[in-house]
Amino acid sequence: MSTDATASGRLIKAPENFLDADGVRTVFREGKAGRRDFIRQAFAAAAAGAALPLAHAQANPSAGDGDPNILNLPAHSTGLGQPVVTDGYGKPSKYEANVQRRQSPGLTQTAQASVSFAPLQSLFGIVTPSGLHFERHHQGWWDIDPSKHRLMVNGSDEKMLKRPMVFTLDEIMRLPSVSRFHFIECGANTGMEWGNVAVPTCQYSHGMISCSEFTGVPLKVLLDLCGADWKRGKFVLAEGADGSSMTRTIPRSLIDSGEVIVAYGQNGEMLRPENGYPLRLVVPGVQGVSWVKYLRRIELGDQPYGTKDETLHYVDLMPDGQHRQYSSLQEVKSVVTTPSGGQVLLDRGYYNVSGLAWSGRGRIKHVDVSVDGGRQWRRARLEGPVMSKCLTRFNIDWVWNGKPALVMSRATDETGHVQPTYTQLRAVRGSRSIYHNNAIQTWLVGESGEVKNVQLA
Amino acid sequence: MSSWRELIAAAVLMGGGAALAQGTAIEGIGRAATPKEVAAWDIDVRPDFKGLPKGSGSVAKGQDVWEGKCASCHGVFGESGEVFNPLVGGTTKADVETGRVARLTDAGFPGRTTLMKAAQVSTLWDYIHRAMPWNNPKTLSTEEVYAVTAYLLNLGGVLPDDFVLSDRNIAEVQQRLPNRKGLTTRHGLWPGPELGGSGKPDVQGSACMSNCATDAKVASLLPEHARDAHGNLAEQNRLVGAQRGAVTTRGETGAKPAAAPLAAGGAAAIALTGSQGCTACHAMDGKGLGPSFREVAKKYAGRGDAATYLAGKIRSGGSGVWGGPIAMPPQSLPELDAKAIADWLATGAPK
Repeated sequence: MSTDATASGRLIKAPENFLDADGVRTVFREGKAGRRDFIRQAFAAAAAGAALPLAHAQANPSAGDGDPNILNLPAHSTGLGQPVVTDGYGKPSKYEANVQRRQSPGLTQTAQASVSFAPLQSLFGIVTPSGLHFERHHQGWWDIDPSKHRLMVNGSDEKMLKRPMVFTLDEIMRLPSVSRFHFIECGANTGMEWGNVAVPTCQYSHGMISCSEFTGVPLKVLLDLCGADWKRGKFVLAEGADGSSMTRTIPRSLIDSGEVIVAYGQNGEMLRPENGYPLRLVVPGVQGVSWVKYLRRIELGDQPYGTKDETLHYVDLMPDGQHRQYSSLQEVKSVVTTPSGGQVLLDRGYYNVSGLAWSGRGRIKHVDVSVDGGRQWRRARLEGPVMSKCLTRFNIDWVWNGKPALVMSRATDETGHVQPTYTQLRAVRGSRSIYHNNAIQTWLVGESGEVKNVQLA
Repeated sequence: MSSWRELIAAAVLMGGGAALAQGTAIEGIGRAATPKEVAAWDIDVRPDFKGLPKGSGSVAKGQDVWEGKCASCHGVFGESGEVFNPLVGGTTKADVETGRVARLTDAGFPGRTTLMKAAQVSTLWDYIHRAMPWNNPKTLSTEEVYAVTAYLLNLGGVLPDDFVLSDRNIAEVQQRLPNRKGLTTRHGLWPGPELGGSGKPDVQGSACMSNCATDAKVASLLPEHARDAHGNLAEQNRLVGAQRGAVTTRGETGAKPAAAPLAAGGAAAIALTGSQGCTACHAMDGKGLGPSFREVAKKYAGRGDAATYLAGKIRSGGSGVWGGPIAMPPQSLPELDAKAIADWLATGAPK
């Protein structure tokens, strides 16, 4: 890594000629109170008559005696702080209020059959905070009383199981448990981008993915308890208890391997209601729609089920007019999250380019990063542990020289599957599939420092 | 005898390690499901019609049910895209013969209706039964589900007006579905051998590391006028770190703010009721399809949480509050816009 001689000085001299320290504090305070309009007006007023900066950095002045943030001790250094248990279940700092899951305007017509996207651009490491986990509901979410929730396991005919059974949550939580880190990605993640660029940030382009530590019982344990006929039972139906009673056919091979679990735990606590409290299926490597929430029933059968969400939706349209049915795996994929679309680099010089990689077929083997549109690639550092069917964080050094750059990442999984470009993907699957878009993402860093979502051809 | 019991108990305790080993029999956890419990929940209907209850329903009956329970979201002819994607359209008589919807090969054809995709009539029956009507699922009788399924297929030109769909003829109806041959499982995205797919990826990227062939032309990016389509990105990024969110809504001519400033009072909210389509059904004063804004403001004048309640109601829709036959469908306007309108209503809907 060489240091670019031109990389010196702040790109944007702010905020001292934009908003003063008091102004910034006021904006933070008003921001905390949810008064976004105030923020808009404050910035608009401060910027009136001046060239509009795209963003503002914190000042780090060394002129005169030095930084007033050092020279003038703040209240938190000279006063008494707050007591323990001010909040029995702690919340993020008030300064983190911008980090929210969000809807993409116009994507869906109702808020109950809709999606919210996780703010990947603001997350670190591989674990998604449960409150920021992406949401997909088909008929609205519920907070179900766990003492009244039941799981039924039965067969498509009377001989498929020795006996159909019913379990309470108490009983499921008594059974041998496993805890595993896995990503969950909606099959339609990046679906808006199949034909062209449609959204500005990685929250909207890739935010239907999250990653958690899930705790629960392997589904095989429950089916064995019921005396499953594994010779005749080839498929499993999972069914939810909510209004949509979501159903999907679950791959037998993943049940046999013990990977499919009936989960109640997520990141050390119970599942969040938006994510299926008190019980959901975890189907590692498979698209989120198969991870049935509010799980109420498992059926072992000898045929697949052709449910709504594997016949009318979550089917991938190919150029010959056929739909691929029972498409399930989430193939090798990655995205640079820092920097990413809709952000502004504050200065030239050193950056830690960071992103996420994953594969539904197993572990990530390596991730390559290009800043010149794919001509030269460098291998990124993978943060361990690298786990199967789990997000993997990658990092790589970059010195931005202030010139336009095309930043991309390309993941390879342990099966040797390499993430394709849009050109490679569309050559086989066209551009109308909606589902399973795992193309390489490109971010254009402009001379202004603003990062834009682009596609190359 | 009791000493033998103690000995056995001690042996079990000492063998605790073995008792925790894999393969330990799990007993006494869970119980047998009763036949009635299984019948109550096992409602799935497979493509081979296993699970389909005996019964029938006519197209004519289906039309009645449709107009009462389905049309407000799906349109009288299943054509509406207001709340959900259209159910009907895009199929032809020729498709009924061939079993492949020809328009699916036409990249220029906008959208895909349910009947363009449906390959198994069991899917329609099962889903209508388990999940419809959307706000009151699992309330249709067996006859109503048959009837609504028949009416939907009648709207799509698959069944004649005088048809009565039943468990006895549904397999024949399956052979008339326009896209019954339109699905394939020959792909690499099912992780097992059961469905005849390859399990192998169909698209492979390049592992080239240097001087690689590239697609170095930027072929697609957001147009400048869509810069604020997702709101102000500066507010969607952390306020510290190596980069900030770009300010995308400030100072641009023609740029639409994410929400109307409340400070502007009635005028802004009234403008929103126009731009968000509220005025299609609601007048300022007097009769519309729904209650006037004045009536709404009056009704909730004494309610402390009126603004919150109304903001929720605007977005979720509702029925029955005003006694009319027409439900207000859920509205997709931004939360802040709904709040602006609700705040305005809660303060008496001033002009």
